[in-house]
Amino acid sequence: MLQGKWLAVFSGLVLAIAGCGQASAQATIKVAYTDPLSGPFAQVGDANLKQMQYIIDYINSKGGALGKKFELVPFDNKSQPSDALIALKSATDQNMPFIMQCSGSNIAAALIDGVNKNNERNPDNRIIYLNCGAVAPELTNEQCSFWHFRFDLHAGMKAEVMVRALPKETTKVYLINQDYLFGQSVQREVRNYLTKLRPDVQVVGDELIPLGKIKDFSPYITKIKASGAQALLTGNWGPDMNLLIKAGVDAGADLHYYTFYAHLAGGPTAIGAGGDNRVLSVMSYSENVAPAIGNKEAEAFGEGFRAKHKFDFSAAGFRTIFEYLQAAVNKAGSVDATKIATAMEGLELKDFLGYDTKMRKDDHQIITEYFVGTFKKGTKYDAEGTGLGWAPTATILAKDIDQPNTCKMKRPGAS
Amino acid sequence: MEVFVVSLLNGLVYGMLLFMLASGLTLILSMMGVLNFAHASAYMLGAYFAYTISTYIGFWPALILAPLLCGLVGAAIEMFGLRRVHRNGHIAELLFTFGLALLIEKGVQMTWGLLPVPYRVPELLDFPLFSVYGTHFPAYRAFMLLISALMFGAIWLGLTRTRIGLVIQAALTHPDMASALGHNVPRIFTLVFAAGTALAGLAGVIGGNYQVTEPAMAFTMGPIVFVVVVFGGLGSLTGCFIASILMGLIQTFAVVFDVSLADLLAKFGFTVTSGTPFAEVLNVTLPRVGALLPFLMLVLILVFRPRGLMGTRDT
Repeated sequence: MLQGKWLAVFSGLVLAIAGCGQASAQATIKVAYTDPLSGPFAQVGDANLKQMQYIIDYINSKGGALGKKFELVPFDNKSQPSDALIALKSATDQNMPFIMQCSGSNIAAALIDGVNKNNERNPDNRIIYLNCGAVAPELTNEQCSFWHFRFDLHAGMKAEVMVRALPKETTKVYLINQDYLFGQSVQREVRNYLTKLRPDVQVVGDELIPLGKIKDFSPYITKIKASGAQALLTGNWGPDMNLLIKAGVDAGADLHYYTFYAHLAGGPTAIGAGGDNRVLSVMSYSENVAPAIGNKEAEAFGEGFRAKHKFDFSAAGFRTIFEYLQAAVNKAGSVDATKIATAMEGLELKDFLGYDTKMRKDDHQIITEYFVGTFKKGTKYDAEGTGLGWAPTATILAKDIDQPNTCKMKRPGAS
Repeated sequence: MEVFVVSLLNGLVYGMLLFMLASGLTLILSMMGVLNFAHASAYMLGAYFAYTISTYIGFWPALILAPLLCGLVGAAIEMFGLRRVHRNGHIAELLFTFGLALLIEKGVQMTWGLLPVPYRVPELLDFPLFSVYGTHFPAYRAFMLLISALMFGAIWLGLTRTRIGLVIQAALTHPDMASALGHNVPRIFTLVFAAGTALAGLAGVIGGNYQVTEPAMAFTMGPIVFVVVVFGGLGSLTGCFIASILMGLIQTFAVVFDVSLADLLAKFGFTVTSGTPFAEVLNVTLPRVGALLPFLMLVLILVFRPRGLMGTRDT
């Protein structure tokens, strides 16, 4: 008797699951997402994934696009370009119109190449690459592609934001960057904008360090102190940034740290209270921006994420991505990669904070407002439960970072 | 001069931390012939255990309890895993510990999450001990030096002055003979493995808050520890000690000297211009490759002196 009951429940379940699968297969717009979800850089991919899922749920609750819902399909790429290409293959095999990737310009370069080839060979199964954080300037200049859209400011623009945020009193700076494609472009761009915007600032030291190999940064701090620098400018991320700032704080160095990535997952915990009022970061958003500009709706959106996942919401940029997707798909009128890409070119939207943003037509680089935050006590929203949070100290508007580009875009059908 | 003094201190601290990790590994490697890939994982476990314990009952009990826990984990690994695998030869053991290291990393990620945990220096030691030319030397670093020096003394005394130490030494070189004389060699193996793991755990307890406690810490610390062990030589605690300090100092001082091969050549009246072949390589400064120097030394010592600095037999 009991067995029969269980059997009925079980078969009911199977039917229900099968039904779900069928319904969702027809009605969703799939977005492949590939980033490291395992290994030493998994923390970044994992945090991105949670925030994207939260944003997608919101966008879907606002009707998705063309009556269909967006669906995120994660692929682990273990920080390897080859694995990212496997993800791309799976995505095109399943006819997904979008692939998204955030970490690693080397992976982004491989993806651009892979997407270009796929779209040339399979005109009826094309895919758009949404770049949510690979920031080497080359990707929208020499390597620019019709199928690639970058939704984060590139390293040159971030460097300009950083240089603009340097206070008048700072006249001696020290540069430390990681010795690979990204670090070298940060080094070049920061120097470039220092000469252009702040000729009074003297670069007293400029170094490249091997990526992820250094466990003790105290010797660097000694060297930086000896140079008399007032500020340390770095594009380092992950352990290379955490350990660098920690060593500086421990040694009691009288320095300000200007970073690109101190606000990302894990940074605030590693820096801790010692970084009070010393660490600044160039960021697309901090939860304290919304109360500072009095935007209740944006504030509530971040609070909703906090309530759900118990950690900070920093990825306002991802919401902009999905709002662009929603607008572009609706404008294109169909889920066809070529039509969507054409619709996305030159699209202008107000982001959820109310600022103007624009997807530049000539190089597919987004132009958006950017913030510089200072890590300090007494902010409304603290970061990672440390008691310190990112207070917005500077806002740079989109129009101020509209840097020129050298892209020669090749559009399908035009050649 | 001031840079020299500060760098010397920093190099010593880092070298001593390396030694704490490497001493356990060198014991295990020379005694059991097991290249234990999971050794750095014990370092990570030590840090995470200490973090969890310190949130409940404070740092000081954690300093004792976390290494003990790690030792228990080590003993369990040896008794229930390694001993069975041992019959199938060294390759099997190597692969076993390699798999174990990956499992432990995943386990740590699932238990404590992917983000770094806020494992902090205890307040009692969170002050600058003294200033050398304006650079603070945190008291915690002095504490690290003290702990590792005590540990070195304890191991050395234990191995040379106690009965169990003598048996271990005998089992190190002549396991069959020690066994024939009635000593329980498998139990000694378990003991050494547990002790080695506990030492790594202790290194984790005091290294975890000095650096950052995160799931990638084993992965980043692993390779350098192997370098120290091979460089120092099998079966030699003194060699391991010298190698650790040497690696610490080399990595620290490499950062300070901004010289390149081109500068060296210039001393001999040869100027490198952008037209010179290999100009790119010649112009790379020492700090850029400093972290790779230990690996260069590893390659060199394996070619020219395979038994290591103070080793008694070939690797």
